[in-house]
Amino acid sequence: MSAITLNNITKTYNKGAVLAVDDISFSVEKGELFGLIGPDGAGKTSIFRILTTLLLPDKGSATVVGNDVVKDFHKIRGIVGYMPGRFSLYQDLTVEENLNFFATVFGTTVKENYDQIKDIYVMLEPFKDRRAGKLSGGMKQKLALCCALIHKPEVLFLDEPTTGVDVVSRKEFWEMLARLKAQGITIMVSTSYMDEATLCDRIALILGGKILSLATPEETIKAYPEKLYAVKSSNMHKLLKDIRTNDEILNCYAAGEYIHLSLKNATKENENSLTKFLAEKGESDLVFKETTPTVEDCFIRLLGNTDGNSN
Amino acid sequence: MKQFFAFIKKEFSHVFRDRKTLLMLFGVPVVQIVLFGFALTNEIKNSNIVIVDNAKDMASQQIINKLASTPYFHIKKELLSSSQIDAAFKAGDVKLAIVFPANFYTDLLHANKAQIQVIADASDPNTGNTLTNYVTYIVADYQANLNATIKAPEQITLDTRMLYNPDLKGAPNFVPGVIAMVMLLVCVMMTSISIVREKELGTMEVLLVSPFKPLYVILAKAVPYLVLSLVNLTVILLLSVFALDLPIKGSILLLYGVSTMYIITSLSLGLLVSTGASSQQGAMTLSLVGMMLPTLMLSGYIYPIENMPMILQVLSNAVPAKWFYIIVKAVMLKGLGFSYIWKETLILFGMTIFFLTLSLRNFKIRLE
Repeated sequence: MSAITLNNITKTYNKGAVLAVDDISFSVEKGELFGLIGPDGAGKTSIFRILTTLLLPDKGSATVVGNDVVKDFHKIRGIVGYMPGRFSLYQDLTVEENLNFFATVFGTTVKENYDQIKDIYVMLEPFKDRRAGKLSGGMKQKLALCCALIHKPEVLFLDEPTTGVDVVSRKEFWEMLARLKAQGITIMVSTSYMDEATLCDRIALILGGKILSLATPEETIKAYPEKLYAVKSSNMHKLLKDIRTNDEILNCYAAGEYIHLSLKNATKENENSLTKFLAEKGESDLVFKETTPTVEDCFIRLLGNTDGNSN
Repeated sequence: MKQFFAFIKKEFSHVFRDRKTLLMLFGVPVVQIVLFGFALTNEIKNSNIVIVDNAKDMASQQIINKLASTPYFHIKKELLSSSQIDAAFKAGDVKLAIVFPANFYTDLLHANKAQIQVIADASDPNTGNTLTNYVTYIVADYQANLNATIKAPEQITLDTRMLYNPDLKGAPNFVPGVIAMVMLLVCVMMTSISIVREKELGTMEVLLVSPFKPLYVILAKAVPYLVLSLVNLTVILLLSVFALDLPIKGSILLLYGVSTMYIITSLSLGLLVSTGASSQQGAMTLSLVGMMLPTLMLSGYIYPIENMPMILQVLSNAVPAKWFYIIVKAVMLKGLGFSYIWKETLILFGMTIFFLTLSLRNFKIRLE
C-alpha cells in the first residue's frame, strides 16, 4: 500500500485567482524518501499543507497511510511528523521545553521515544537550556526535526528543511534522513537545492503547480535527451555572450564554473565548428568537453520547455 | 489531562519570559490607581479666589477666615474695588470672586438681610458650580452659628447624609471603575494577542498537525492571565485600602469570587477576539477600540447610564464592565451580600458561556 496518494489535487487561493496546485496525482511508497524539487512558488508548500491536513484541496482527494486528508484529518495528525518551511517552534522556550511540550501534546514522553531522536539530540544536548530562538540555523533544524520525530511518526513531511542552513549542516541533515529512512519511515521532503535531489529515492520536478517529471534521480538524468557540453574560458562573461551568437546552440546557461550548452545537432562536426568559432572569437584557455547532466540541468531544460509552451 | 497541563506550563513560560508585557501588566493598574487617586480627582482643592471686602467688619472677616481655613480655597488677593475683579479673572488663575457690600454686618443685624456677591468663572461649569456650592455651605454654616446665639424665627433645616461616601471622596467611585477597566485591559488584550501570536509566528502550523484538543489550547491560554489578574486585583485592593483609605465593607471572599467571574468573562471575550483576528495588530486594535471605549463610556463609571439616550442604555447591557461595576460597588462600598448581586453575576456567567462557545466554534482547525 502506498503511504501517500494524491488524486487530481487542485488548490487555488484568493477565490481561484491564484492557481497553486494544478491537478496533481502521484503516490509515495511506504519507506520511500521522496523529493519535491522546484523553485519558490512552485506549489510545494501547498502540497505539504494539503497532505498534513492544514489546507483543504479545491478538487481531488488524497490519503496518508490510508486516511483521507479531509475526513480523517485527526487520525493523520497523530501519525505524521511535520516540519514547516519556516522555523515554527516556540522561540521563547528552551530546547528541552520545546521537546517535552511536543512529546506531551502527542501523548508520549521524551524518555519513551528517546531512541528515535538520540542520534540528533546528542548534537543538541549541550544547548538544551538555550532558548530555541537563540539557536543557529542548523541547530534550529535539528530541534525541529527532533520535535517532528518525537512521537515516532509513520510519515515525515519536511518542507524545505535545509533552506538557510550551511553546507555542513545540510550534509548532516541528509545523513540523518538516510538513517530515518533505514528505520522504515516514509519521508517526503521538498527542496530548491538541486544537489540534494540525487539523495532521494524518487523526485518530482514541480513548477507552476504541475509535475514536469517524476522518476528516480538516475532516470531523470538518463531521460535528458541531448548531449550536454561544459565550456569554460578565462573570460566567462564574454564567452557566454559569444556562445549566444552561434546559431547551432540549442540552449546555454551558466552552471557553476562552467557554461553548460547543448547543440541543435550534436555531431562531431558541429562540436569542432563550435570550438573553432569560439577560438576565432579570441577566447583564451578554452575548455570544451562533454558532461553528464545533473538534476539541475534536467530542471532547466524542462523550465525552458514550459517557457516555450506558454509563449 | 497531561496535555492540558503541558499547555498551561507553556503559556506561563510565555508570559513570564516576556518581561515588557509583564511590567505593563502590573504597571498599568498601579499608575491608574495613583493617577485617579491623587491627580485626576473631582474634588477641587486650593482654588485661587479674590475678595473685595467693602465692609471690613466682624461678620465679613469671620466669613473670610472661615473660607481661608478650608482646603478648597486659597485667597490670592484682597482687592480694593469691584472694578478690579474683571482684570483678576482675565489674569487667568482666579476661579471665584466674593464681594462683601459696605455695612454688611449692620445690614445683617438690623435689616435682617445682607447680601454677598459670588462671581465664579464658569468656563468650566462643574468647577464653577462646585465652588459656589462650597461658599454657600460655608456661609450657611456661619449663619447657623449666628442663629444659634441669636434667637431665630421658624426655619427648615436640611440634614443631609451622604451614604456610603460621607466625605464625597472620589476614590469610592473610581476604584471599582479602575478594577473593571484594568481587568478588562489585561484579560481581553493579553489573551486576544495570545492565539493570534501563534498564528503569526507559525507555531500554530506545527501545533495544528498534532492530536491536540482546541478546548485545551483555548483554556490553557486563559489560565495564566486569570492568575495574573487575581494578583493584579490584590495590588489594586491593597493600594485602595492603604493608600486611598478606602475600606472594603463587604466580604473579601465574595469580592474575589465575583471578580474571578468577571475576569473569566473578560478572558473569554479576549479569546473570542483572538480566534477571529488575523494579526496581533488587528487583535490589539479590536480589543482597544472595541472594548476599552464601550467600557469607559457605557459602564456607568464615567457617565451615569441613566442620563444616556435609550439606545445607549440598551447597548450598555452588553458591556460586561457595567454589571461588574454594579457588583463591586455593592460589595466594596455598601457591604452587600451575594443575595443582592446574584442577578448581575448570573449575567456575567451567561456572557462567559456565550463567548466561550463562540470562540470554540471560531477556532480554526486548519490554516486560512
